[in-house]
Amino acid sequence: MTDTPLLELRGITKSFGSVQALTDVDFEVKPGEVMALVGDNGAGKSTLVKCIAGTHMPDSGQMVFEGRNIDIHTPKDAARLGIEVVYQDLALCDNLDVVQNMFLGREVNRFQVLNEAPMEQQTAETLKSLAVTTISSIRQPVATLSGGQRQSVAVARAVMWNGKLVILDEPTAALGVAQTEQVLELVRRLGQQGIGVILISHNLHDVFETADRITVLRLGRTVGVFDRRSTTQQAVVEAITAGTPTKVAGIPSTANAEA
Amino acid sequence: MTSADIVGQDRGAPPLEEEQLPGGLAGMWARAKLNLRTGNLGPFPIIVGQIAVVIIFGFTATNFFTATNMVNLINETVGTAMLAFGVVFVLLLGEIDLSIGYLAGIGALVVAELQLPGSGHQIPGLLAMVVAVAVCASIGLVQGSIVAIVGVPSFVVTLGGFLIWQGVILNTLEQRGTIIIQDRWINYTDSYGFSPLGGYIVAVVIAALYPLSILYKRVAARGTRIAQLNWPGFVAKTVGIAIAAFGIVAITNHAKVITTTLGLPLSGVILVVFFILLTFLAKWTTFGRHVYATGGNAEAARRAGINVPRIRILVFMISGATAGIGGIIFAAQVNSVALTFPPGNLLLNAIASAVIGGVSLFGGRGEVRGALLGAVLIGTLQNGLNTLNVSNGWIYIITGLVLLGAVTLDTVAVRLQARSGR
Repeated sequence: MTDTPLLELRGITKSFGSVQALTDVDFEVKPGEVMALVGDNGAGKSTLVKCIAGTHMPDSGQMVFEGRNIDIHTPKDAARLGIEVVYQDLALCDNLDVVQNMFLGREVNRFQVLNEAPMEQQTAETLKSLAVTTISSIRQPVATLSGGQRQSVAVARAVMWNGKLVILDEPTAALGVAQTEQVLELVRRLGQQGIGVILISHNLHDVFETADRITVLRLGRTVGVFDRRSTTQQAVVEAITAGTPTKVAGIPSTANAEA
Repeated sequence: MTSADIVGQDRGAPPLEEEQLPGGLAGMWARAKLNLRTGNLGPFPIIVGQIAVVIIFGFTATNFFTATNMVNLINETVGTAMLAFGVVFVLLLGEIDLSIGYLAGIGALVVAELQLPGSGHQIPGLLAMVVAVAVCASIGLVQGSIVAIVGVPSFVVTLGGFLIWQGVILNTLEQRGTIIIQDRWINYTDSYGFSPLGGYIVAVVIAALYPLSILYKRVAARGTRIAQLNWPGFVAKTVGIAIAAFGIVAITNHAKVITTTLGLPLSGVILVVFFILLTFLAKWTTFGRHVYATGGNAEAARRAGINVPRIRILVFMISGATAGIGGIIFAAQVNSVALTFPPGNLLLNAIASAVIGGVSLFGGRGEVRGALLGAVLIGTLQNGLNTLNVSNGWIYIITGLVLLGAVTLDTVAVRLQARSGR
């Protein structure tokens, strides 16, 4: 893990009419780091992610990706940079098989005729590299997969398309215990492969299982950045429910939050 | 598979190995049992139904098992099947096209008008057919654009089309009366018969195409799952297709009207050519993949960067074009276009063919071959009942019951599949 952030946001502000959704938010993810983004309903998690993913444009603030100043206007801009979002509803086609879903919209073809062999090989390799071994056949329709397997396919798709930063929106919300464990394992593995991960979750147990650091938002402001190894769930819960903006100037530091 | 199984095999299990079934005949038997238990029936029920219908009519209708009736059956079925091919694509999107019956009429009308000698705008028959199909595809373009870009439900747009094109046909033919088609190329689409030798050459080509396509896939995608072959099934299908092709040619070669030998009808060959083309389009091309994706989850397709409106418009163009082709063949059957066009319940027969063939009305599930099998079953049923001199009322009732039975069976099968997690 290097110290240069993969993505760095400085002073992001976004309002919808009179509603101030984000106020002067700072946020960063390092390569190979799992950064959890937590906060109560309406804290601004979704808005922040949508700014990163190109669905919303921030009113003001600065975004730096791999050391360069960037502007993200559309989801395509984000994808071009290597930012992939796995939404809660996964965006998979149930009637297509795993390979077909992995290459959806980006099929390998020669004069519009599908070339299945490379697609199948690359799918198998990607799933193997992420140690997704529970899918018995990559030629079975996604409808037949369990929730955890579907999540794995969606994440693998993001990784396969050269995702440098993968944003997971509540990846375990609809899963049982065993499948949650499966997905959390996958999230840790993404970090080990040097991919930056933003994990949005309501579930602090999941967050403490996987995250390296935790950013807490409250009422559209950053109220703390915690290092998982040196904090407690108690401290994070307090920040979520009653945290006060800790920002003095520049980048938020863990020291501030711990104080 | 329960979640406990998944955890159990989470680590240490060999990656990506499918449940191992034994090979050879034992494997086929095991697979058949598994498929039956889990409701994965494929086209099996409809083929059984087809065989049953043929046997029943063979014993009851004296004129059914004649070579000439085989030629009639093919000629009657081809038009409906052409429309049903287009219906498959529309249904795959989860849309509906109610205008195809009268679009077939527009295709027939355009071709009849353009070949009319002494009309001042007579063009060669072959060209007239191309223009007619292009006109129908353009109508599909307009209707599809209203659906895909403006967002009006396809049911409403094509219901409008249904009335509009019916009106156009009425206006034209009430003034003009029946238009006779004299151009031989147009009439050939229904009445041309191959010589016995020509018929057998066609049979050889058709019988060879399926195994060749499978072998090509095996060579092109060596080492992947998609290239794996279920040998007994492959052999059974190859033999089945060969028997059907050679059997039909052998029978039609004996068909005679008075002393003229009819031979394999060109219409049947046209149908097979479009069947192969459209199956290729649906299964082997990017476009086909995007049609299935859009029908399965349009939002996912959109997020994956697929131009969903473009796919929708193209599908309505296909639907228009196949309707036009079907219409030309129907017109060639009677060498004219009259106010009685389109014949019978063309629209509903075409949709019923696709649905009986296992194409889902909700999108994303179904195959072109389903429409072919469904159209052949409906065609055989109606032809057989006609030779039995059954009244039209009973023909409708029986067709309706078959449709209901097929869809009920399919629904039960889908529920079994869902329960078994396949």
